[in-house]
Amino acid sequence: MNDEKTIPEQTRPDVVFEKVSKAFDGRPVLNDVSFTIAAGEALCIMGRSGTGKSVTLKLMIGLLEPEAGGIRIHGQNIVGLNEDGLSQLRHRMGFLFQSAALFSLFSLSDNLAMPLRRFTKKSQEEIDHAVQKQLEEVGLGNDRHKMPAELSGGMRKRAGLARALILQPSILLADEPTSGLDSVTAGEIDDLLLKLKEKGKTTMVIVTHDICGARRVGDRVAVLDGGRIIAMGKIQELQRNENALVNALVSEQGCHEH
Amino acid sequence: MTAGVNAFLEFMGNLGLFALRAARRAFLPPFEWLMIWNQIGEIGWRSLPIVLSSGFAVGLVLTLHTRSTLVRFGAESMIPTVQSLSFFNEIGPLVAALLVAGRVGAGIGAELAGMRVNEEIDAIEVLSLDSFKLLVIPRIIACVLALPILTVFMDVAGIAGGFLAERSASHISLHLYLNRAFSLVSWATFIPPTLKTAVFGFIIALVSSWFGYNAIDGSVGVGRAATNSVVVSSLLIILTDVILVKAIFFLFPETAI
Repeated sequence: MNDEKTIPEQTRPDVVFEKVSKAFDGRPVLNDVSFTIAAGEALCIMGRSGTGKSVTLKLMIGLLEPEAGGIRIHGQNIVGLNEDGLSQLRHRMGFLFQSAALFSLFSLSDNLAMPLRRFTKKSQEEIDHAVQKQLEEVGLGNDRHKMPAELSGGMRKRAGLARALILQPSILLADEPTSGLDSVTAGEIDDLLLKLKEKGKTTMVIVTHDICGARRVGDRVAVLDGGRIIAMGKIQELQRNENALVNALVSEQGCHEH
Repeated sequence: MTAGVNAFLEFMGNLGLFALRAARRAFLPPFEWLMIWNQIGEIGWRSLPIVLSSGFAVGLVLTLHTRSTLVRFGAESMIPTVQSLSFFNEIGPLVAALLVAGRVGAGIGAELAGMRVNEEIDAIEVLSLDSFKLLVIPRIIACVLALPILTVFMDVAGIAGGFLAERSASHISLHLYLNRAFSLVSWATFIPPTLKTAVFGFIIALVSSWFGYNAIDGSVGVGRAATNSVVVSSLLIILTDVILVKAIFFLFPETAI
């Protein structure tokens, strides 16, 4: 394995998984999984339900600890990191949850303002401005005073994305950002991710079942099955893969050009 | 049998560690004043109607029961005294704590379990916020502060209920009723039993937060957390009360007379 001291900063991958294994109650979920994600790259992780895709994301941000292996984010091994270390790491990462996980007791603007109040020295006026700007970017500029319960599924996902991006993270982790949405709303979420990718400053790891979105947003796709990565590469490469599951997952039937 | 004992000891061990974590974090900044204030409102203010109405009803019924007995011994003048001592020493603190355990304990357990299941607690963690400090500590502080105050309201409502019952039976004046009610009441019979409810508040918030914070299994887990919060905190309140009453008797011997 490369030592971080020998890798120049500009070529160092943002995310490195080194033989990572994870089990729950003795049941293995990930088994010896290794991959790297370059800075600015968008990797989509696909696979059947229950194959450890969301677990992979939670391992990346330190919500779970692996049983074995190493995880490096920006060159730093995060396994065994204390709370302060994890807190520093998470300042540079955003996480869009499958359910959006907005704080139900707070309004939309308070959901976004909370990390700004805590971790920046911005004045209330500057915070209000940053929140408004972020909400406008996801098309929720007129909904800042609404409570999460008043939002539709698509609006909640967009709000979750806005909150994940409010501290301008260098890595965005998105857990099924388009699940449960109609194709038009899913396309809007993909547009937002694409816009973010085009800025080129954010590395993205997206867990998805939506090959259309993965084709639009992802640079590469990794397919997880049985706790291992069975295929990884560009979509065109995976479409030539002989594995039936890989073929079924990356089949583009029904995708529309946006 | 052995498995049951092991599970109980494991639960008590985990709860003890959770309590130590809470005790340590409660005194470390940042202090979530807004969350604490909100929880005091939620736990204290919103529990007031049930505490007042229950206290009034219990006070009224207690007088009706004790009256028939004391009249037989010609001791009806003792009714207000019995009423106030009963409420200040035991009925007020215990009933207030059990009512709050039912209303607030279930609420805390279900709310935190819902947040766990909906990944809101994970979302707090990934925003580099301390979910324990933000969610658990304010609830514990609010319960510890609110319980003694609610107990005072319970005592007042109980004596008011008792007065109404006695007034309708014997036409006693308010002045005479209060004179008799407070004739044997001292600070020692009022302050320690009232302050012991801070311990009950700590138990309610701690147990309910533990079940909610560690909930698993989706919506089933939310229901289980709410039920367990009420059952376990009520049981622990009653068991702790036995110990605290003995401790009060030891520290304030005049209350045991």
